[in-house]
Amino acid sequence: MTQSALKLINVHKSFGPAKIIQGVDLDIAKGEKHAIIGPNGAGKSTLFNLVSGLYSLSDGEVQLNGKTISGKRPFEINRMGLSRSFQVSNIFSNMSVRENVRCGVLWSLGYGYSFWRNVGNLKEVQEKTGHILNEVGLLEKANLPAALLPYADQRTLEIAITIAGGAEVIMLDEPTAGMSHSETDRAVALIEKASKGKTLLIVEHDMGVVFGLADRISVLVYGEIIATGKPEEIRGDPKVREAYLGEEADEIEGASA
Amino acid sequence: MTEVSINPAALGPTASAKFRERVLPFILFGMVLVAIPFFGPSRTTMTLLNHIGINIVFALSYNMLLGRAGLLSFGHAVYLGLGGYFCVHILNWIDAADGGFWGNLPVFSMPIFGFAMGAAAGAVIGWPSCKRAGTAFAMISLGVAELMSAGAFMFDSLFGGEMGISGDRMAGPDFLGLSLGPLADVYWFIAFWTFFGVVAMFAFTRTPLGKLSEATRDNPERVQFIGYNPTRVRYLVFIFAGAFAGMAGGMSSVQDEIFTPENLSLIPSGAILIAAYVGGIRYFSGPIMGAIVMTYMGSNLSDYTAGWLLYLGLMFICVVMFVPDGIAGLVFGFWRGVRSPNRSEVFGKWAWQVSGVVLMIVSIIIIVEVAFRWSDGYGEVFEPFGLALSHTSILTWILAFVPLAAGVVLMRHAAAKYEEA
Amino acid sequence: METIVFSLLNGTIYGLLLFMLSSGLTLIFSMMGVLNFAHASFYMLGAYCAYTIMGVTNFWLALLLAPILVGAVGMGVERWGLRKVHANGHVAELLFTFGLAYLIDEVVKIIWGRTSVNYKVPESLDFTLFTLYGSNYPAYRIFILFVSIFMLVSLWYLLKKTRVGLIIQAALTHPHMVGHLGHNVPLVFMGVFGAGCALAGLAGVIGGNYFITDPAMAVQMGPIVFVVVVVGGLGSLEGAFVAAMLIGILQTSAVSINASFADIFGFLGMTATSEVGGITIASLAPMLPFLMLVLILIVKPTGLMGDREV
Ligand SMILES: Nc1ncnc2c1ncn2[C@@H]1O[C@H](COP(=O)(O)OP(=O)(O)O)[C@@H](O)[C@H]1O
Ligand SMILES: [Mg+2]
Repeated sequence: MTQSALKLINVHKSFGPAKIIQGVDLDIAKGEKHAIIGPNGAGKSTLFNLVSGLYSLSDGEVQLNGKTISGKRPFEINRMGLSRSFQVSNIFSNMSVRENVRCGVLWSLGYGYSFWRNVGNLKEVQEKTGHILNEVGLLEKANLPAALLPYADQRTLEIAITIAGGAEVIMLDEPTAGMSHSETDRAVALIEKASKGKTLLIVEHDMGVVFGLADRISVLVYGEIIATGKPEEIRGDPKVREAYLGEEADEIEGASA
Repeated sequence: MTEVSINPAALGPTASAKFRERVLPFILFGMVLVAIPFFGPSRTTMTLLNHIGINIVFALSYNMLLGRAGLLSFGHAVYLGLGGYFCVHILNWIDAADGGFWGNLPVFSMPIFGFAMGAAAGAVIGWPSCKRAGTAFAMISLGVAELMSAGAFMFDSLFGGEMGISGDRMAGPDFLGLSLGPLADVYWFIAFWTFFGVVAMFAFTRTPLGKLSEATRDNPERVQFIGYNPTRVRYLVFIFAGAFAGMAGGMSSVQDEIFTPENLSLIPSGAILIAAYVGGIRYFSGPIMGAIVMTYMGSNLSDYTAGWLLYLGLMFICVVMFVPDGIAGLVFGFWRGVRSPNRSEVFGKWAWQVSGVVLMIVSIIIIVEVAFRWSDGYGEVFEPFGLALSHTSILTWILAFVPLAAGVVLMRHAAAKYEEA
Repeated sequence: METIVFSLLNGTIYGLLLFMLSSGLTLIFSMMGVLNFAHASFYMLGAYCAYTIMGVTNFWLALLLAPILVGAVGMGVERWGLRKVHANGHVAELLFTFGLAYLIDEVVKIIWGRTSVNYKVPESLDFTLFTLYGSNYPAYRIFILFVSIFMLVSLWYLLKKTRVGLIIQAALTHPHMVGHLGHNVPLVFMGVFGAGCALAGLAGVIGGNYFITDPAMAVQMGPIVFVVVVVGGLGSLEGAFVAAMLIGILQTSAVSINASFADIFGFLGMTATSEVGGITIASLAPMLPFLMLVLILIVKPTGLMGDREV
């Protein structure tokens, strides 16, 4: 765990006069599970959008496995091995669950823009699609239109599409938001399994999930990282407790590793 | 969660379902195409059938854009036109040639050249157009169509001015024993290429690119995060759509033997948009149905009534407002209704709705027909079933508005009564 | 010199007419996202209504009533048509107005016939105002100029100085925000659609007898109106104004230039007898707006002065 998988150097982002991200430095090692927490509007999703190429940086640099990716387009970054999910489910709503996952698989298996092959006959694609559907537990619902899935299943599908391409660095934006307790437990189990041996960057509000899953945690407040460290370091950090007044502070206290 | 071994084949449709949904319809379609000539259709019918075949290919190619890629084009006739013009020129080269490549080229192969020309045009024009999607794409296609049809009038040697350019399909060597002189020969030519086009375009929907085109339509943002460039996807699909439109142009060059700059204009582009949409853009077979119905109406209704464009406009608006899934949506909805468990209720609802619609149609026809005759000012009177409906007769006004009102009431009633369902 | 002055003057008038027509569409398009295909059909309706009203009464009443009538039709279309389609997305809305354009064309043919009607300039305005370089300049053109400028100033006043104007302005740049302000969005939309159509109708009233009133006038004008709106930029009336004037003057001037490519590119060895060489600038005039449209959309998607992409 010495080589860094993802490195953010002095990253800035402004929307007009509003400085949303103000100099974020982050170094995430290969295989590390890193969580980002912070209050609403702190800029966590914006940070994801910057890393994954949806937004362009105002200043700074992002590196994936030592190669600069800032300035590249999202699909180029994806092809280099970084895959992300969205806070608001972002799926192909008029296609079936199976087709959704299958679309996620195609590029990584090298089928690109090909128009001379029948997807139905691509054994590898079918197998990998089936494997992922099984892993996330959507096998029975494989032929439903994605738009008709219940909310929790749509969140799961969101994760399924994200991991389908087999990227080495996986970024999940609030994967369990809005889920019930049992659904959250299932999602966490899935995330643990899917990210085994991979680098994971996760934004999460559920402190139980964060402290259970993460090797290290960063706290983002007003576009700045005020603390980074092991879960127990974060729990004891007075600055963090200051930022999280009241209820959530207790939650951080109470969350067990 | 325990690891179960998955049989990937079990995930997709079963072999029999695949056969039923993906092979059988094409076998049936092919059989219909082969069977038609044995009924001895008249020359007019034959011409109509040939035009239907051309429009089927054209409408399906249009739906590669609108239905499958979510790209609304107002200028798709440009590709049909350019493909067709190219083929008419080739017809003339074949005619003029004395042996050599052109001299030995059977006219039967025209759609291949149309395909190539359409693809080339799509590749050139699509490059800037496909950088944008949505309304901007639609506007660019409109601008391009205006530019092309206006530009075509300037280059007489290529486009032949107002008179266009004509060719002779009987030129060149026979192919498969078809001289392409008699209409019956042309029918086989059209039937072959229609079948080929339909199968090829269906196959396209099953390829990785075809699937990605649907994904890009649904959610262009997400496509970027599974490794694809949505602009590239759109561009490639655009080239194929242009190519198949060009192929339809090649078919048309043999059937009609003439192309004019009008063929490139907004009018045929609008017509194919209407045909595809009325047929139903969410179904593969929708544009086929649309092409059949609209071509038939275009050639027959225009003989019966001066108001056929008005009917067309009305029908199109009604489809947009009330039946966004088009004819195919109705057909498949009917099929589902027939097989659903609460059949009687579904039928009840339909009975109300159908009677309502029929009543309204009666009224609308009377209003339109009487209005047209009044407007012509020749004193002609609309006389359906021996009734003389002049615009001064009270009967006319009763027939014009009572069924309309009754139809509206019936529809409201049906909507209220079956709302819970 | 003579040609330049006349081109500029006529171009300005044409540009102002175009702007009157396009300002309504800019409002509609920016707020509702509907690129109303039938907009020019309302322009045509305006001309025909004015013709009929003028036949019964006089031109001045037509000038007042026809736009109101057309605006009412527009509101009806929004209320019972567009609003239903809205849920199905912008493409469905665009297609709806596309069908509507067909329909209005046909209805106009039924009511007023397939050939042009004799909608004339009123006698009180049918005289020569001044003579320039030996040519008579009709007073009606100057009348168009005044009506357009009057409308321009009123529109400006309405938008900048009244409460309704403020709402509309807010909605132009942030369409999704209007609802949050607690305004009745459907009503605002209906009003804007109606007002936009009324403006188109007014353009029809004063343009119909300047050009010609026939069933083809909508088809001729329609695409050009799009060009003005898109080239001008989404949400920008100023942009629409600049684009309209630009197109007006450019097209009018181009028509009066008889030079051919051979004259211009003669130094490259192009001859007037060759096909390309024989093309005159005048014959390119109808294509200019569309060339602008395509170029703008590719090069500067926000249009000349817009702040959002189409
Ligand atoms: N595209 C954008 N334009 C302007 N402001 C934005 C944009 N995206 C995010 N913001 C602003 O950035 C801030 C951070 O948002 P976000 O990253 O979604 O926060 P978080 O995910 O931490 O809750 C918010 O104030 C939001 O309004
Ligand atoms: Mg967020």
